[in-house]
Amino acid sequence: MISANFSAIFYLVSGVLFILALRGLSSPETSRQGNFFGILGMIIAVAVTFLSTGSFSSGFIYVLIFILVGGSIGAFIAYKIPMTAMPELVAGFHSLVGLAAVFVAISAFLNPEAFNLGKPGEIKLGSLIEMSIGAAVGAITFSGSVIAFLKLQGIMSGSPITFKGQHPLNAIILISIIALIYLLCSTQSSNLFWILLAVSFLIGFLLIIPIGGADMPVVISMLNSYSGWAAAGIGFTLENTALIITGALVGSSGAILSYIMCKGMNRSFFNVILGGFGATDEKSSTSSKEQRPVKSGNADDAAFLMKNASSVIIVPGYGMAVAQAQHALREMVDTLKKNDIKVSYAIHPVAGRMPGHMNVLLAEANVPYDEVFELEEINNDFANADVAFVIGANDVTNPVAKTDPQSPIYGMPVLDVEKCKSVLFVKRSLSPGYAGIDNDLFYKENTLMLFADAKKMTEDITKNL
Amino acid sequence: MEIDPLIFRLSIFILSIFVGYYVVWSVTPSLHTPLMSVTNAISSVIIVGAIIAGLSGNSENVFNTSSIFGFFAIALAAINIFGGFLVTQRMLAMYKKKKKDKK
Repeated sequence: MISANFSAIFYLVSGVLFILALRGLSSPETSRQGNFFGILGMIIAVAVTFLSTGSFSSGFIYVLIFILVGGSIGAFIAYKIPMTAMPELVAGFHSLVGLAAVFVAISAFLNPEAFNLGKPGEIKLGSLIEMSIGAAVGAITFSGSVIAFLKLQGIMSGSPITFKGQHPLNAIILISIIALIYLLCSTQSSNLFWILLAVSFLIGFLLIIPIGGADMPVVISMLNSYSGWAAAGIGFTLENTALIITGALVGSSGAILSYIMCKGMNRSFFNVILGGFGATDEKSSTSSKEQRPVKSGNADDAAFLMKNASSVIIVPGYGMAVAQAQHALREMVDTLKKNDIKVSYAIHPVAGRMPGHMNVLLAEANVPYDEVFELEEINNDFANADVAFVIGANDVTNPVAKTDPQSPIYGMPVLDVEKCKSVLFVKRSLSPGYAGIDNDLFYKENTLMLFADAKKMTEDITKNL
Repeated sequence: MEIDPLIFRLSIFILSIFVGYYVVWSVTPSLHTPLMSVTNAISSVIIVGAIIAGLSGNSENVFNTSSIFGFFAIALAAINIFGGFLVTQRMLAMYKKKKKDKK
């Protein structure tokens, strides 16, 4: 058994290694080393915990068995999961962190002596507060992530589920959680503890159901943040530095990502959380729909345009992921490059279903990361480019966001695709995008619509090049 | 009067939020997905608490209600740790720089 001070220092070391793990992600070159630091930090934390408990009894063997079982499931998933399913995977992982936090809190509540927190029914006040906050946030993370997972997986409809009195109901539940924590701390009643958990599970569920499919980038980031705060709450209970540091890191990381996502959609955080976006706007757009002429073409026309271009910018979106067109796209780009055509990729912050989703898909298709640019980096280049190839993106290219103050997406940063000499827009039909509004880009003089499945169209273009 | 150790932990917590704030802003947007999967993995350091919980049973009776919850938490956190780090590794391995022209 090692001394408490000694193990505290090692927990600090592992906390620092976790900071370095995130620091490594500032560039792809240092990122792999960062991941290694993260793994090292985790090994140190687990090893120190074993050493500090000092009991290598039969319980120890069961701990190893459960680590092994969980670890092999995790490793199996990590190797099998397709990159298009990353949002679901991350949502699923969040739910596990949340549930683990709940379980640890339950265990600490039932057997506080094992954690040095006092006796059952006489848990130290501070620990009880920390424990109940950790448990409540963990429960919200769990049920919220499960809903997010079901929505992303398509098991549950991605459209927002709203009902009358939703917001007052949520407000009442949130207030009751605070009241329950207060009562729990003053009475130490285990019944209140179970009620608190049940109510927290419920609010997590209710908070996520009104949020629509395309708002998922915000939701996932937000749940990422919650899972961090839950871990920090448990960290305070256990007086564990590694857990407190990590919780704070993850909590602020998720919060920043949510902020970036909200900014990418020009919507306030509360606007997203209150939900219902997409459901209300659909009606207004269908009524005002008028027939406007569009130019449509085939793969041959597209190939002709691109062959005569000297620079092409590709704008991928969620539709590319759905159609699994990223590999076909890269083959097309390879052919273009052989003809000495300059190609780059433009990625909008909210393209895809989670932050950075498009980048991973392109990386998977062997697209070098230095050909992929963010909105601010590339937006001025559209004016000088010959062809913009929009594949699976829609709302993020809509010029209405800059011109029409009436539009629900007015003010959202968009890619200036229309400034290109010509625009090729791959889409299955003229249906409006997620925001439920018509894209003005379809009707521009220089736009050629390519109505087809993204993957098939890309392959056909490659053949014609 | 002595300072409550809680205050020290709170200081660590607050300062870590600031560290997190600056570190995460420096993460390049193209690596935001790996960022999420790695934060997933590291927040599963909660396994530390799960292990303490799992070992809370005495030598005659390894399984009591409290330790069973601990064991489940260990399995959940382990899924996350292995899954999170490995999938991050897998993603990061795909990020490649442009190859030099063969000409």
